Amino acid sequence: MSYSDKVIDHYNNPRNVGSMDKNSSDVGTGLVGAPECGDVMKLQIKVNPQTNVIEDAKFKTFGCGSAIASSSLATEWVKGKTVDEALAIKNMDIVKELSLPPVKIHCSVLAEDAIRAAIGDWKKKQDTAKPVVAEAK
Amino acid sequence: MSTDVKIPQELSKAQHPTPKGVKLPIYMDNHATTPMDPRVLEEMLPFFMEKFGNAASRNHSFGWAAEEGVETARERIAKLVGATTKEIIFTSGATESDNLAIKGVAEMYREKGNHIITAVTEHKAVLDTCKRLEKNGYRVTYLPVQKDGLIDLDDLKRAMDDKTILVTIMFANNEIGVIQPVTEIGKLCRERGVIFHTDATQAVGKVPVDVNKQNIDLASISGHKMYGPKGVGALYVRRKNPRVQLAAIIDGGGHERGMRSGTLNVPGIVGLGKACAVAQEDMPQESCRLAGLRNRLKDRIMNRLDETYINGSMEHRLPGSLNISFAYVEGESLLMGINDIAVSSGSACTSATLEPSYVLKALGAGDDLAHSSIRFGIGRFNTEAEVDYVADRVIETVERLRELSPLYEMAKEGINLKDVKWAGEAH
Repeated sequence: MSYSDKVIDHYNNPRNVGSMDKNSSDVGTGLVGAPECGDVMKLQIKVNPQTNVIEDAKFKTFGCGSAIASSSLATEWVKGKTVDEALAIKNMDIVKELSLPPVKIHCSVLAEDAIRAAIGDWKKKQDTAKPVVAEAK
Repeated sequence: MSTDVKIPQELSKAQHPTPKGVKLPIYMDNHATTPMDPRVLEEMLPFFMEKFGNAASRNHSFGWAAEEGVETARERIAKLVGATTKEIIFTSGATESDNLAIKGVAEMYREKGNHIITAVTEHKAVLDTCKRLEKNGYRVTYLPVQKDGLIDLDDLKRAMDDKTILVTIMFANNEIGVIQPVTEIGKLCRERGVIFHTDATQAVGKVPVDVNKQNIDLASISGHKMYGPKGVGALYVRRKNPRVQLAAIIDGGGHERGMRSGTLNVPGIVGLGKACAVAQEDMPQESCRLAGLRNRLKDRIMNRLDETYINGSMEHRLPGSLNISFAYVEGESLLMGINDIAVSSGSACTSATLEPSYVLKALGAGDDLAHSSIRFGIGRFNTEAEVDYVADRVIETVERLRELSPLYEMAKEGINLKDVKWAGEAH
C-alpha cells in the first residue's frame, strides 16, 4: 500500500495536535471510533459564542496514517469556519483532498463523524446553558 | 498478515542519520520470505542454460544431468529432516504441499473416516483447505490455542474419535513464531493410528526437524522461507510404519511416484536442496546468533517502552522471531513511521479484509492489541547494527505516536479504556 504525498505530509507534520479542556463551555469534544476497530479520533473545537466561529481545533488519533491525516486535515478545515459551515464538510471532500484509496474511506467517514460529534457536544453545552441565560434576563 | 510493505524510494533515503554499517532500507520480514543465499543461486545457475534437461528424459545426457541435480537435492532435503529420499515429493511450494497432504489423505482414507483436526492459528493454506473439505462432507475440529499460542494436548486427545483420519498442526507459526509440541502431537497420533501432517514451512532449516523422532507422517516444506528460491517446495510422505498413501490432486505424467505430476522445476529443486544443505551446516551457530539478536531487539525495545506485550510463548519460539504489541499505537501507522524498515503488522489496516490478525485474536489478547502488533523476522543477513537501528526507530516512532494517541492520553488520566462506551463500536 502506498500513500499519497498529502497523507505522508499530514502524518509527518500533523497539524493541531493536542487537547483542550473538555469541561470548558465553549469547547466541544468528539470522540469517535473504538480501539477494537483500530481507529479512535478525538477532535475538539473551541467556538466563539458570539459569532459561532470555530476559533481553534485540536485532535489526537489512534489509527493508521490515513486516519491521522484525515483528522489532521479536519482540524485545518474547521478552523475559521462557522459551526454550520463546518457541518457542511463531507467525508468525500477529505477523500478527494488526500487521495484516499477505497479501503481507507472509512477513515474519512470517521473524521466527518468526529466533526459532527464535536459540534454536537458544543451545541448540547449551549442548550443546557441557555435556561440560565434566560433567567438572568 | 500483510507482507507487501512497500517502501517508496524517496522515503527510504531517510531523514535520520544512518549508523555506520547499516544500509537502508532494512529487510526484517523474514517470515514472509527470505533473500536468496548466494551459495544457493550459484548452485542453481548451471541448471538454467547448461543442464536444462527434463529430469524425466531417461535416454540422453541432458536428462541425466537434470536428474542428478534433482536427486542430489532430494538427498539433501531428506537428510535435513531425517527422511529417506523416496519420501520427498517436490511441489510448487508449501501451499501446494499443504493441499496435497490434507486433500490427499482425506480422499484416500475416506472409507476409514471423515474427521480432521487442526488449530485456529494455522496458515490459510491449511485452514482454507479444511474449509473446502467441510463443504464436501468432512468434519473438521479447529482446536483453540492457549494464551501462549500453543495447543493444549488434552484438547487434542478429547477431539480425537474413531472417525479421525488426520491431524494437521503446524510446526512453527508464521505470525508469532511459536513452536507447537510436535513430538507429543505425533506420539498421540501414532498411538491412535491417526496420520499426522505438519506445515513445517517456518521451521525447516531454522530448528531441528526429525520426522522419525517426532512421529511426523507428512511435512510441508518451502524453499523461499529458508534462503532458497520461490515457487518450489516439498512434501515429506512417510513410506513405512505406517506407509502413508495420498490421492494426487494434479494428474498427468505420473511424476513423483504418481503423487504430483508435472515436469520438475529442476533449478528450483536444486536451489531448495542447496538451501537445505546450507541450513543444516549453519543451523547450530545461526540459530544461536539469531536468538541473540532477537533478544537484543526485545530487550532494547521493552526496556525503553512501557506497555509493550510479547505475543506468543518466548520459550517455544523460532530463533529470529518476535511479535510485539505496542499499546495505544496502531500498527500500520507505526509501519509508516519506520518506512525504511520492512516488517509487518497484524493490524486490520494492513490486511485486505480490514480484520485484525486471526492468529493474535486467537491468543485472546483483544482486538486492540492485535491492531497494535508488529512482527519482526530477523534472518541470516541481518546484523547487530541493524537490530540496534530498528530498536531506536521503533522506540522513537512509538513515543511520537503515543503523544498523538487519545487512548494513551486517556490511559494516563487513569481512565480504564475497557469501561469506555465507544461510539464507533458498530463500525
